[in-house]
Amino acid sequence: MAPVVQITDIHKIYDSGEIPVHAVRGVSLDIHRGEMVALMGASGSGKSTLMNVLGCLDRPSRGTYLLDGINIAELGRNELADLRNQKLGFVFQGFNLLARTTALENVELPMLYGRHRKHSAREIRERAMHCLEIVGLANRYDHFPNQLSGGQQQRVAIARGLVNEPQVLLADEPTGNLDSRTSVEVMGVFQKLNEQGITIVMVTHELDIASFCKRNLILRDGVVVRDELVSNRSIAEHETRRLKEAEAAAKLIAHNAA
Amino acid sequence: MRFTNTFRVSLRALRRNTMRSILTALGIIIGVAAVITMVSIGNGAKSMVEAQVAALGQNLITVMPGSFSSGGMRSGFGFSTTLVPEDFEAIANDVENIDGASPEVRDSQQVLANGLNWRTNVNGVGPDYPYVKNWPLTAGAMFSEQEVKSLAKVAVIGKVVAEQLFPNEDAVGQTIRIRNLPFRVIGVLGPKGVTPWGSDQDDIVLVPYSSHMRRISRRTSVSSIQIQASTPEAIDKVKVAVEDLLTQRRRGREPDFIVRTQEELANTFTATNRTMTLLLACIASVSLIVGGIGIMNIMLVSVTERTREIGIRLAIGAHGKDVLTQFLIEAVLLSTMGGVMGVLVGVGASQLVAHYMGWPILVSSLSVIIAVGFSASVGVFFGFYPARKAAQLDPIDALRYE
Repeated sequence: MAPVVQITDIHKIYDSGEIPVHAVRGVSLDIHRGEMVALMGASGSGKSTLMNVLGCLDRPSRGTYLLDGINIAELGRNELADLRNQKLGFVFQGFNLLARTTALENVELPMLYGRHRKHSAREIRERAMHCLEIVGLANRYDHFPNQLSGGQQQRVAIARGLVNEPQVLLADEPTGNLDSRTSVEVMGVFQKLNEQGITIVMVTHELDIASFCKRNLILRDGVVVRDELVSNRSIAEHETRRLKEAEAAAKLIAHNAA
Repeated sequence: MRFTNTFRVSLRALRRNTMRSILTALGIIIGVAAVITMVSIGNGAKSMVEAQVAALGQNLITVMPGSFSSGGMRSGFGFSTTLVPEDFEAIANDVENIDGASPEVRDSQQVLANGLNWRTNVNGVGPDYPYVKNWPLTAGAMFSEQEVKSLAKVAVIGKVVAEQLFPNEDAVGQTIRIRNLPFRVIGVLGPKGVTPWGSDQDDIVLVPYSSHMRRISRRTSVSSIQIQASTPEAIDKVKVAVEDLLTQRRRGREPDFIVRTQEELANTFTATNRTMTLLLACIASVSLIVGGIGIMNIMLVSVTERTREIGIRLAIGAHGKDVLTQFLIEAVLLSTMGGVMGVLVGVGASQLVAHYMGWPILVSSLSVIIAVGFSASVGVFFGFYPARKAAQLDPIDALRYE
């Protein structure tokens, strides 16, 4: 089976300033269906640039990118938008939910564009509700983002990413704004989705978050310096239990001390 | 479906900022309301003037003496003494499409009665005069053709004269003295009010023109001849016929008369009024444009404020066109809602003005249609620039925008 993401010798050069910045210097990468990949690297390593290229938000300066067999170099602005709408789901670091808009309406958003817009309002609503159920927030469908916790907001964002049944779910530092406990909770959602067969690519700079994935890619100065499978993979379920026990213990100690 | 979706998206965006939406629309509300109110006031004033002009008599045509020249000296209009009662008789007998006609001989005399006296306008007229001038009597009757022929000493007096000379009694049947001649009062005219140029029309005594010319003023010519055409359409025909007839009667002499129609008088008034209405509408239009700029302002702020939102929409698959349509619909919705509200406020304000000024309410449907249409186009016009700005944003830049 052909890889869902196939990039060959990709370069990205920003020449808006006086000195051209060579952010990505020749990356080749195949990602197959069902993979869960973490892109890691320090800031300036080119991981965000690579992510933008993977997300079809930006075009590579050189090299080819085939997404699900489609060469994105041949597509125009609107065709790229349709591709993003149909083949990709996005989860951002800052959640990027629309303010003063209910969770359900936020999830509906991708269905208002692209091929889904021929659907009726009821179909759209039902599909969005289903995705909220997947991330366990069906009971909060009418809440505004400011009425939800960070983890809940990110789960709404994940539901939004899922709603168009994408080929790949892209997450840019999905746990960057969350505490460790909530991070594990969100990673649990990702792992569950991955088990159901959804391909996930995420950017992170935290090693423990990367250990929840199946494959880690390390970028430095625009090139992949390491590409390995995770041997000792963390399972969110276990981690949550461990954290709960630790918290209980902390309370116990505190109780004894008093 | 795609348009309804975009429409729904726009509606949601407006609802998220209810207060701001209302304040933005306020500019348009005021603009549209102002246009409608101003035009209504203008129209009301116009119809008032028209009613006043109509009260002078309907379909009225006036023949006045022209100028004459004597030994090289030329007089102005109205000084010729060649408009005679025979001219009137010829018109009354020969011209078609007229409902009535009356000569008018104007004079001013001291009138005595009842131990009181009063200086007033004493005019010699024909029996048709009250009818021609649309001026019904409240008591008694107008003198007849017979009384004109017999140079009868009878008079019909105006309301003011009746009040001045017979403050406590019925004027009809009483005797007044003009130039020491007794005239029997046979009728009292209804109130007609003050003319647009300020003279009191009710301060008047009417006597048969024949009696006036032979017994009071001793003149041979009349001051004017008033003719009422049977229909508004006949006015021009009658005017031409009167001119032809009088020219014929002059037998080759210079025409020494002028024929004026009431329409010409009314036109002056309506032209003045039209200018005023136009002026008011222009002032009001300025506020509409200011309202439109207000919408553009808010939409621009809104684009900047919602850059991230636009970025999200673009990232998850919105086309530039979708964003353009969304912002355009928002702007048009704002301005048409403002327009509709403005119509309501404007109609209300017009009613209020009409109520307090005692004017007829004349909200012209044309001004409503124009105001609402204009406000919608204001939305498109001033909404387009911000909308295009939003549509052309780069998704990455928009997402990074703080």
